[in-house]
Amino acid sequence: MSRPTPYTIVIGLEVHVQLLTRTKLFCGCSTQFGLPPNSATCPVCIGMPGVLPVMNRAAFELALKAALALQCNIAPFTKWDRKNYYYPDLPKNYQISQYDLPFSTGGGLEIMTPQGPKWIGLIRVHLEEDAGKLLHDETGRGGDSLVDLNRAGTPLLEIVSKPDMNSPEEAKAYLEELRLLLREIGVSDCEMQEGSLRVDANVNIRIPPEHAGGRKPLPGRQYVATPIVEIKNLNSFRAVERAIAYETQRQFEEFQESGKQLGEVSKATAGWDDVQGVTVVQRRKEEASDYRYFPEPDLVPVEVDQAWLDRIRATLPELPAARRKRFESQLGLSAYDARVLVGQGLAFADYFEKVARECGDAKAASNWCSNQVLAVLNERKISIQDFPLAPEALADLIIRVKKHNINAQRAREVFGIMLQTGETADGIIKRLGLDVSFDAEELRELVKKSIAANAKAVADVKAGKQKAMDALVGFVMRETKGKAPTDEVRRLMNEELAKV
Amino acid sequence: MALTGDQVRWVAHLARLELTEEEFQLFTGQLTRIVDFIDQLQQLNTEGVEPLAHALPIHNVFRPDEPAPSLSVDEALANAPARKGDFYSVPAVLD
Ligand SMILES: [Zn+2]
Repeated sequence: MSRPTPYTIVIGLEVHVQLLTRTKLFCGCSTQFGLPPNSATCPVCIGMPGVLPVMNRAAFELALKAALALQCNIAPFTKWDRKNYYYPDLPKNYQISQYDLPFSTGGGLEIMTPQGPKWIGLIRVHLEEDAGKLLHDETGRGGDSLVDLNRAGTPLLEIVSKPDMNSPEEAKAYLEELRLLLREIGVSDCEMQEGSLRVDANVNIRIPPEHAGGRKPLPGRQYVATPIVEIKNLNSFRAVERAIAYETQRQFEEFQESGKQLGEVSKATAGWDDVQGVTVVQRRKEEASDYRYFPEPDLVPVEVDQAWLDRIRATLPELPAARRKRFESQLGLSAYDARVLVGQGLAFADYFEKVARECGDAKAASNWCSNQVLAVLNERKISIQDFPLAPEALADLIIRVKKHNINAQRAREVFGIMLQTGETADGIIKRLGLDVSFDAEELRELVKKSIAANAKAVADVKAGKQKAMDALVGFVMRETKGKAPTDEVRRLMNEELAKV
Repeated sequence: MALTGDQVRWVAHLARLELTEEEFQLFTGQLTRIVDFIDQLQQLNTEGVEPLAHALPIHNVFRPDEPAPSLSVDEALANAPARKGDFYSVPAVLD
């Protein structure tokens, strides 16, 4: 949890994700990660004169898919523009991006906060090409930089949120939900390590006048707002959280000294130093946003009609938010359980759902999946696809555990043997002699017998020594060779003791 | 409308061009004439006319997501001003 601050944090995130296409946005070069440097380029993506880019249909349709899942408004007409700037990783000296007519606007997604669900709105989602990769001389001797253009021309989705997040935790929750959604619908693998998901954070703070050290809000504002800083070089979700927490406090302290408010100085850029745990504000460049956008004459516009959208919509699986709601309403799971299960991804939630359907007890299925199954996946570092037990086998175990009143510890033992040997639950239960079902009356008789035989323990329990319960329950367990369901024995024991 | 010297220097800076005083005079004159021509176009009444996003009356031109051969590394780097291993080599970039 964040500590309370005398100001409100305002965060907008700009996320770039690489689309899961085989080839680049405007040419047939491979988008595969980790190819030898400069082995996946062609005249189109390294900007040779006279070439003609042609849009990759799969890229545009993945973009549509993402925008539909994010509930964006899809523009019926969209076009691309040249964003002009000079940098060694940009061979054409312009990036093909979208300026005034992006293919989608609006939309958003819901995150969970300690105060409940919260909607984070989007400004726009657009489709653009990536630049190449620069490797700087790390020796500090100012040696040449090396350029690898394999990434140049890779299709990127730029997802720009509204400044709707108010804490580092909310920013992280937004990123996690966005990543889950984009992975579920197969739009991007969102691997930060491989650069297929990148985040820039726009951050400032709002200080109420009573904490603003006598500075008055600018006209039209109820609060003092600090200049926005864009934080770059965020290489993990954890880094996003830490950088925002650091930067907002830094802005508060800087404001105490400078008194400079939003609108009085231009926007600055800061780099996050993950080792030092600090943001390093770079000198404010001369208003560098002079990109002189103009329509890309080599690409024709795209028109999207309802039939096309319907076709794409039909390819969307059930989205995480809808699935959570269904788990709650249809299966009676708690919001927390639904979040844990769905958060593990589509395949895991599918597995759980099969187990729940087969065994007819969603709550038990949820417990088994989010405890035992998840523990095995984490321990073996495997995904649910490689989990050795079929959902039917786990469902069978759950049914038999209930039928034979097998206690939790014994049930976990059976589960462990199933994983090791591949035997059925039924076979193991028979082999271990656990397939004895006690009816309640039979157990009750044994409980009475225990009370009659252990007068001292009974007196101790009555005197408030709960520890003495163990002796009473233990008697029944010995009588049944450990096969009686402990929970049930305890329940009956309490009932009978009340009568003594 | 005459362009100011500052505007011409700014445009040259954005294009990473170093102009001699002679070139600066020459281009200021030429650019001013281009801007004048745009001014002339702007006198047209375009009320109610949709801005044109593209000059061609076609749309939705796509290619399938199928790999095509790329250049060899040597071909790709053939025009590089400097090469180091399989990389383009450029003067250190301060970011
Ligand atoms: Zn290419």
